[in-house]
Amino acid sequence: MKATRFTTLTALGIALAYLTAGCHPQNMRPIYGSVNPTPEVNPMPPIQPAPTTMPTETPTMIQLPEFPGHTNWIENPDQLKDDTIHFAYDSSVIPSGEKSKISSVADFLKSNPNTAVRVEGNCDERGTEEYNRSLGERRALAAREALVGLGITADRVDTISYGEDKPVDPGHNQAAWKQNRRDDFVVLTPPAK
Amino acid sequence: MDSLKKRILFSALLLGIGFSVVAQPPPLEVTKETHPGAEPPIWVSLSGFSGEAESVLRFDLYVQGFNFTNADNAQYLIIGSNNGNFQGRVTDRYNKGTLLAKAYSGASLRRQTHLFVDEFMKALGRAGISQTKIAFKKDLGSTSEIAVADFDGAGEQAVTADHTIVAAPEWAPGRLALYYTSYKLGNPDIFYHDLSSGQRRVFSRYAGLNTSPAASPDGRRVAMILSKGGSPDVYACNADGSGLLRLTATREDESSPCWSPDGQWICYATKIGERRVLCKIPSTGGHPQHIPTSGVLSPSEPSWSPDGQWIAFTAQMSNFEICVVPAGGGAVTELVTGEDPSWSPNSRTLVYTRREGGRRVLSLLDVPTKQYKDISRITGSNSQPSWAN
Repeated sequence: MKATRFTTLTALGIALAYLTAGCHPQNMRPIYGSVNPTPEVNPMPPIQPAPTTMPTETPTMIQLPEFPGHTNWIENPDQLKDDTIHFAYDSSVIPSGEKSKISSVADFLKSNPNTAVRVEGNCDERGTEEYNRSLGERRALAAREALVGLGITADRVDTISYGEDKPVDPGHNQAAWKQNRRDDFVVLTPPAK
Repeated sequence: MDSLKKRILFSALLLGIGFSVVAQPPPLEVTKETHPGAEPPIWVSLSGFSGEAESVLRFDLYVQGFNFTNADNAQYLIIGSNNGNFQGRVTDRYNKGTLLAKAYSGASLRRQTHLFVDEFMKALGRAGISQTKIAFKKDLGSTSEIAVADFDGAGEQAVTADHTIVAAPEWAPGRLALYYTSYKLGNPDIFYHDLSSGQRRVFSRYAGLNTSPAASPDGRRVAMILSKGGSPDVYACNADGSGLLRLTATREDESSPCWSPDGQWICYATKIGERRVLCKIPSTGGHPQHIPTSGVLSPSEPSWSPDGQWIAFTAQMSNFEICVVPAGGGAVTELVTGEDPSWSPNSRTLVYTRREGGRRVLSLLDVPTKQYKDISRITGSNSQPSWAN
């Protein structure tokens, strides 16, 4: 009797050991990082409509076009290379000394009515990454607004921000940072049919 | 059979080998930390371990607020062996008793050691982090990609092979899935990527900027930064992309939205006048509120702790500093030099980025003790870590 019980317990022991210590960690297929997956409880309250008035100032902002915009247009990054605008640290205001470059870009667009332009906003590495991605977009949009102010149709101007991810100078010093805080202008022409 | 024998036999059965267990005292009460960076470490001594088991023990314990000393000065003695399999016992010298005794078989020694540390945390009334994952951006020069790894950097796996700029990974809560930004289609767009099937879809592709995705704690909504309205602003939509709601409408460059754990608020970085600040706004729309961060400049990259108590963020002064502030705002505690903090699921440890020369290094910070350690297994330049919750 005792021996039978011992055998049974041993068998049970092996089975349990396999189930708990041996097998469990290998076969566990956890949801990454989560020991207890978020249960589907607490249904979200219904979404309220956005307030009609925002507490901030009513800014003048020019909507961006719907996609695809100028997808597949041919890019020429060299045409307006000399018109790259540089910015002060942590600023998206176009310095007065750089405004003639905006006029130069506007003149090009007026003389080449089939073209469009993509403004590429960039930052130095001294902001945090996503902050810089937003700041770079603000810099590109500042140029877009200035071009619209000079009579360019808004849908001829695309914007993109590379944040700090596309420095022209990879150095970690003032000279490099100054070069990297910039808007580049890429001329876009329609693809040949 | 008397009850002690039964208990021993049952324990042995559960453990899978004949490793006897003395009755466990009830878990210790752990008081809530209220002074980030000011807690002393908990002293432990290790004996009997070597090689990988010892290095895993040291890493896991150090980034959870423990430090190492000899047996005479330690509160906890951790004694065991790792001959093939891991076994270990924790003795509490203050409360005079065995806190934990475990032996493992199966899986890898690394995994066994992680499980043991988690059991130790559990015995202390804490949630362990040893089986959690992180996602991050790998900087490859002119391009970047997303990768995931265990929280200690083991088992790194590439998520993207886009050969372009890829950034800002965030986990979908409770799922093996990520949201991130990729320039793959010529524009910064947000993708949703199911890591178990490998399938991904474009989540947000409006004109202009689509970045900084952040899933709500229940996974049903996603906050992000879009510039389609003419300026970078905070938006939120449902997890299927429907119901897009513009939450801010400023000319400033909002960035890095994150959710309060109850899903009621979205915290983000913005500017008021010329000052960089943190604000929060009801996630269903409403008035933004300033979150005061007195004593530091240019806060960005907020991360709300899963327990709701703290907001970690980056202050930009002469260096980037990792800071925490009570979620309602107030006195800021500067912790260590670094940026882009992301909380562990137990609201104790932060993963963040540290700049070292031209390189960026992922590091772990135990907030109560301010102990930090680089995740040195992840080589190269890496940033934007996100801890799976």
